[in-house]
Amino acid sequence: MSLLLDLFLSFAQVGLFTFGGGYAMIALIENTCVEKKRWITHDEMMNITVVAESTPGPIAINCATYVGYRQKGLAGALAATAGMVLPSFCIIFAISKLLDHFLEITWIAHAFQGIKIAVGILILDAALRMLKKMQKKPAPRAFMLSAFAAMLLINVFSVRISSIVLMLAAGLASLVIFMVNRPAAKGGAGK
Amino acid sequence: MILLELFAGFLKVGCFAFGGAYGAIPLIRDVVLSYGWLDDEMLTYMIAVSESTPGPIMVNLATYVGSSQAGFPGALAATLAVVLPSFIIILLVTALLKTVLKNPFVQAVLRGLKPCMIGIILATGVFMIIRNGIVIRDGVLLIRPLLLTLVLGAVYFGSRKIKKGGISPILLICISAAAGIAVPALYAAGG
Repeated sequence: MSLLLDLFLSFAQVGLFTFGGGYAMIALIENTCVEKKRWITHDEMMNITVVAESTPGPIAINCATYVGYRQKGLAGALAATAGMVLPSFCIIFAISKLLDHFLEITWIAHAFQGIKIAVGILILDAALRMLKKMQKKPAPRAFMLSAFAAMLLINVFSVRISSIVLMLAAGLASLVIFMVNRPAAKGGAGK
Repeated sequence: MILLELFAGFLKVGCFAFGGAYGAIPLIRDVVLSYGWLDDEMLTYMIAVSESTPGPIMVNLATYVGSSQAGFPGALAATLAVVLPSFIIILLVTALLKTVLKNPFVQAVLRGLKPCMIGIILATGVFMIIRNGIVIRDGVLLIRPLLLTLVLGAVYFGSRKIKKGGISPILLICISAAAGIAVPALYAAGG
């Protein structure tokens, strides 16, 4: 029981003190789970980061679920994940009740006129960072550019096509290319 | 019914949000706009609030949207839904020890998905910057939003040339809020 409580409280602490989400949290999770509590090793932490990048969902949730499961099975996974989510849930729930009232105050409304420009810049920055890490090969570039063009058109003309459709199409196209190329590559190697 | 819609909508987000918080933003926009839960303006404000409050951005957004639509039960439904896919996926991956992710067919799908996601995020950022920065009212291009965009962009990206890492997203949001308040105040003062 005390381990479950420890998992819950430790991740609640991570959830309460990390701003900006995602990669900002990994440092604190590593500090808590690897150095202080010794729940997992540094190598496991690296592995889980890689897995988190290839699976959907918030990276912090992925880490919490993994560490909790390793320590105490399903109950541990639940305790750690609930701890991770609870602080921000409470804070945002309180804000959601107040935001509309805040926005009626003129200077706060003005502040948000500036803030919405900053949000666009932050999203662009996140995309540019990922772009830098992307393999500089024709195939990923082609996928990236077609998705970029399609998404821009969808936005500009407010078409009701979900970006999920684009992602499914890209995944499928990539799979087809892989399957078409595979026998050819094998044949080439055989000669 | 709204609870079910919130759950289904954010389950989709949780299933397809590769690439962390910023990967989720285009998806959340999709879902939120198509159900008509929030307008684009309010969602943008909330992205800034989520970035400036602790916890995973995706979870923060889900809690807010859920709460704004259906109070506490709504917040609970949306938050659970956005967390559930990564929770289950990590349990499976931990059990199957990454063999799934090393499978060449899964790898092929991911090779298409990831650059596609980058393109989608890039398009969303570019679209938001253009829409918030280039505002044409009564056939006249408004100077203030354009100027604000150029200055904030220069400050954010320029700060990296001076100091490694540049300014943090939260600091950019604070600066943009101050600028948003200052600019109309200067105009009112006859500047």
